[in-house]
Amino acid sequence: MAYINPVSLPAIEPPAMHIPDGFVSAPVAAIGYVVAGVALAIAVRQTNRNLQEKLVPLMGVMAAFIFAAQMMNFPVAGGTSGHMLGAALATMLLGPWAAMIVIACVVGVQALVFQDGGLAALGTNVFNMGVVAVLVSYVLYWPVATFGNGRRLLHYGAGFAAAWASVQVAALLASFELALSGTSPLQVALPAMMGVHAFIGVGEGLITVAAMAFIAATRRDLLHLPLRKEIPLETS
Amino acid sequence: MRRLRNPTAALVIVGIAIALLITLFSPFASSSPDGLEKVAEDKAFIDSAKDAPYELIADYVFPWVDNEDAATILSGIAGVGIVAGVTFALAFGLQRLGSRSPAPEKRRDAGPRSSP
Repeated sequence: MAYINPVSLPAIEPPAMHIPDGFVSAPVAAIGYVVAGVALAIAVRQTNRNLQEKLVPLMGVMAAFIFAAQMMNFPVAGGTSGHMLGAALATMLLGPWAAMIVIACVVGVQALVFQDGGLAALGTNVFNMGVVAVLVSYVLYWPVATFGNGRRLLHYGAGFAAAWASVQVAALLASFELALSGTSPLQVALPAMMGVHAFIGVGEGLITVAAMAFIAATRRDLLHLPLRKEIPLETS
Repeated sequence: MRRLRNPTAALVIVGIAIALLITLFSPFASSSPDGLEKVAEDKAFIDSAKDAPYELIADYVFPWVDNEDAATILSGIAGVGIVAGVTFALAFGLQRLGSRSPAPEKRRDAGPRSSP
């Protein structure tokens, strides 16, 4: 894509993971904005009601980390790269509602300032990565966070699964949106997207578990779902 | 880190430092097309993509900087600052709004405390 625009520096290929404008039709983009808007309104309402004071700085730090991590494209099979999404990690540390707001902030700034992801497609991108990926992470991680008794391996296994699945579901949704927009038929886009992102999801899982291990070693108190009572991460 | 008295300050300093450290390595990021881009190229719908109506720090290359690596790192530093600032301001505002009208059950336990 960099070669299309002669003004841009040729060597650095833009790492534009997010859906650009033109890939989604106007109706799909509009629905994306509406659904993402409703979800974010619920998230704002929920966090407004019970946002713990100690989560405020953590949200800013988490957003900064996710932004930086999303710049680091790592190579995956077949001349393709991927980068972290961060939905699962944010959900583990902040709970689903605050995590949605954090991812929406990151994706929003990327679209508005860095031209990464389209403006019309912003709602769709927030829906895929900030809403549904977070919910999937939450559904997969909370049973372990709640009933896992802080067993490390169980936490890491669930963290990896949540991270992998969150990337898969974002790719799944993107495929459907591409198909609904008439950009690429589902039988073409779906297998291709799921296949590539199965590998990217492994990277997501590894980074997520590494971050969990780092946090467990330094600030163990942060690693729980704040919707529940304190669940100390300890080897029982 | 434990020696810092304020754990919140430690969290912010260490967290932002890690994010900035990552941006220093951004020139080494893979320049291969990413998942969606690769699929779009393979399945020949990459041309559907439209250019953005305006460009600020497009493609993570800071404008007016000739050195590509420096331009990428600068864009990362700028992004970390903007994203952290926006998110922190939003979260702080939400938290303040929420604590101004506390939930009724929270208000009730303002009375004399029975020690646990």
